[in-house]
Amino acid sequence: MINKLNAKIPSGDLPNKWDNYINSIKPINPANKKKYHIIVVGTGLAGASAAASLADLGFKISSFCFQDSPRRAHSIAAQGGINAAKNYQNDGDSFFRLFYDTIKGGDFRSREANVYRLAQISAKIIDQCVAQGVPFARDYSGYLDNRSFGGSLVSRTFYARGQTGQQLLLGAYSALNKQIGLNNITNYNQTEMLDIIIVNGHAKGIVVRDLLTGEIRTYAADAVVLATGGYSPVFYLSTNAINCNVSATFQAYKKNAFFANPCYTQIHPTCIPVTGNHQSKLTLMSESLRNDGRIWVPKKQNDKRNAIDINENERDYYLERKYPSFGNLSPRDISSRSAKEMCDAGRGIGESGQGVFLDFANAIKNLGADTVKEKYGNLFHMYQKITNENPYEKPMRIFPAPHYTMGGLWVDYELMSNIPGLFVIGEANFSDHGSNRLGASALMQGLADGYFVLPYTIEPYLNTIEANSSSIEMPEFKEGKDKVIDRINKIMSINGKKSSSSFHRELGKIMWNKCGMARNEKGLDEAIKDISNLRNEFWNNVKVSGKINDYNQDLERTCRIADFLEFAELMCYDAKERKESCGGHFREEYQTSDGEAQRNDEKFCHVSAWQYNQKDKPILHKENLEFEYVALSQRSYK
Amino acid sequence: MSININVTLKIHRQDNKTTPSFIETHNIDSISSDASFLEMLDILNEKLIEEDKNPIAFESDCREGICGACSLVINGIPHGKEKGITTCQLHMRTFNNGDIITIEPWKATAFPVIKDLVVNRNALDKIMHSGGYISVKTGSAQDGNSILISKQSAEKAFNGAACIGCGACIAACKNSSAMLFVSAKISHLINVPQGLIENKSRVMNMIIQMDHEGFGSCTNTLECSSVCPKEISTSVINELNQEFISSVFSTSN
Repeated sequence: MINKLNAKIPSGDLPNKWDNYINSIKPINPANKKKYHIIVVGTGLAGASAAASLADLGFKISSFCFQDSPRRAHSIAAQGGINAAKNYQNDGDSFFRLFYDTIKGGDFRSREANVYRLAQISAKIIDQCVAQGVPFARDYSGYLDNRSFGGSLVSRTFYARGQTGQQLLLGAYSALNKQIGLNNITNYNQTEMLDIIIVNGHAKGIVVRDLLTGEIRTYAADAVVLATGGYSPVFYLSTNAINCNVSATFQAYKKNAFFANPCYTQIHPTCIPVTGNHQSKLTLMSESLRNDGRIWVPKKQNDKRNAIDINENERDYYLERKYPSFGNLSPRDISSRSAKEMCDAGRGIGESGQGVFLDFANAIKNLGADTVKEKYGNLFHMYQKITNENPYEKPMRIFPAPHYTMGGLWVDYELMSNIPGLFVIGEANFSDHGSNRLGASALMQGLADGYFVLPYTIEPYLNTIEANSSSIEMPEFKEGKDKVIDRINKIMSINGKKSSSSFHRELGKIMWNKCGMARNEKGLDEAIKDISNLRNEFWNNVKVSGKINDYNQDLERTCRIADFLEFAELMCYDAKERKESCGGHFREEYQTSDGEAQRNDEKFCHVSAWQYNQKDKPILHKENLEFEYVALSQRSYK
Repeated sequence: MSININVTLKIHRQDNKTTPSFIETHNIDSISSDASFLEMLDILNEKLIEEDKNPIAFESDCREGICGACSLVINGIPHGKEKGITTCQLHMRTFNNGDIITIEPWKATAFPVIKDLVVNRNALDKIMHSGGYISVKTGSAQDGNSILISKQSAEKAFNGAACIGCGACIAACKNSSAMLFVSAKISHLINVPQGLIENKSRVMNMIIQMDHEGFGSCTNTLECSSVCPKEISTSVINELNQEFISSVFSTSN
């Protein structure tokens, strides 16, 4: 067991570790770089920025996405902003402060060295994006503007209206396009990775399905980078795009890559509540709205009056009451849990009682409707389109929804998994966010990994292998391809009665009720049993339409759901094993007297990395987290 | 208030680009007015799958109007009659009980049908490969605040950069011109100083590529802007034309 999880943290003081690391690298001769072929799967912020930056260095790159264009990766939907420790506002921001906020926000469950590096790199990301032409918000003098986000008391979030993710992704996409145009990157659209190829213990290629023709193909390379995003749709309803899935990372897990902290999921506090069974997804209302919006519920239970008829003294602005110093800008996990607490106490609003108000009346009164419109116009417009209610006249109704997953494949400081040659970046790795991610930090991490970490950390690995180290003629490739074909044939031959979507909805209900915002041992045991039953039913009764060798959206979806049905169980094992509450993982058995998350640093100050075990339960490996520069404390936003 | 309505769908079906298309009729009974248009199609598809029939292929992903995947012509109008939204943001409450709704794919030479309502839009990416970027290597950038950009210019650049690449502008144009799509990117990049260095070659290369991909010419019918889910103004086309002319007469080109 020993040495299975060597995080390879460089030596030296925290602020010098990254420099020490870079100085220790032996660069590959520029003339030799083009001999190395690297596969990058996924074209979101992490994947597109990595592919473009590696191509800039001279490596030969193939990039893959299942969408019809790299520009449609789900990073495009991020709204609020991107953090960077620029201290342009002169409000005392620094690398250390961003590092500390992130470590504390993550409830002391992330690696110090990784997070410090992220804070150091953050400033360069903004520079790079500005140079690409990303139209960040400016003030009247032409300087870059900032706003505040949850979990921080300084203003360090850069933004582009409510479409920051779109603009940053289009920046990375443009860098990708330049290299595609120069033939340094070959890009494969509508091509979905279904398995990974391991040769002598090293990642050497992938198996894909051409979504247009149904053809199964293999691609060989010297290293494989997964930038395939998170797994929130395991809950069925989430703020993610409906095609987001866990399949790439889960298949790597089944090939012995360790899956770290799968139970760390972020339930975002400000989403539009569920309205009916027809619903296919939930829509996020950016956290930036909490800069000016005030969250409240009626003090009385089951108060169904219109918001406007409820007097000021009959309202409970519960975040401002409970957390006076952070108020409405409290971190996401705490805000979500508080909303649930209010609804569980019978004070939720709307027909279902599963909602709280996000009220702009004060902001409109103080700033004027025009200023509010300028700041949040597109979000108000989106809200009105979906709910048919005007947020300028009555408060928004919001409720928490699955949004981001901090868990992911285990990686070391070099972003390499425990499988040599398999790198994992962006939301797909277990990341720098610990057990709770702060707002505007996902974009920062995705781009840090892609632009400024991986291009350095991949070279030491490549130095250890010969270029052109694999070929699709190797027996492992043939085997991998046959296995994928067998699995698809099996799914198609079940020919049962129920659509795969109906299984997905049922799985979502189990996960939301028993492995969602609050978890307990009994519920998790039930969930594990329920998931196993549902999975058995799936493999006996799922109905998939269409043909194998054709454009077949039903088959694509069904393969992804089949993976979710296995992966969900791993999430529950992890949630059950972690007998403490931390960040987004709230175990009802472990809470303080005032209902806050109670960590157990003595027993659980570690990363839980799970190894696939075909015959039995997964095997747990632990990476102990050591804190030298911050003192572990009970997180307080009061 | 949510109510339930009945509608009749007339849907374009087509196996692939080489087979003929036909119209298939489906009655939708009792759909919630709160459901989105695509959720209505999801429900229909699930029923078709369980009845052992072929579901209708259509594209969508983010379902909140930003990824640009969804692409339906509804009652003759790309993304439907509501202004400033994508198909996935269209709700059944905008229809009346008993309505007959036709659903077709984007139609353009450069967008061959893949299946039913799904078309191939790779031509748009190819235009971007030809010049839709600023050539900055990772690591070359100076401090972000060393390039000052007036609020007005940044806003103007954003208006072009807001394009989601859905292709509705092309589907609405009788010439299937990609002029609004290309102009939006040109406008974005000429309204920030860092984009000016390459502007002449960019505009030339992108226009050549646009023609090469089989898109038609612009004859200023302005249909493109009226269906654009991000309401990008045709003023960007004027900006492109000016750049193009100065590019043609530029000695360096």
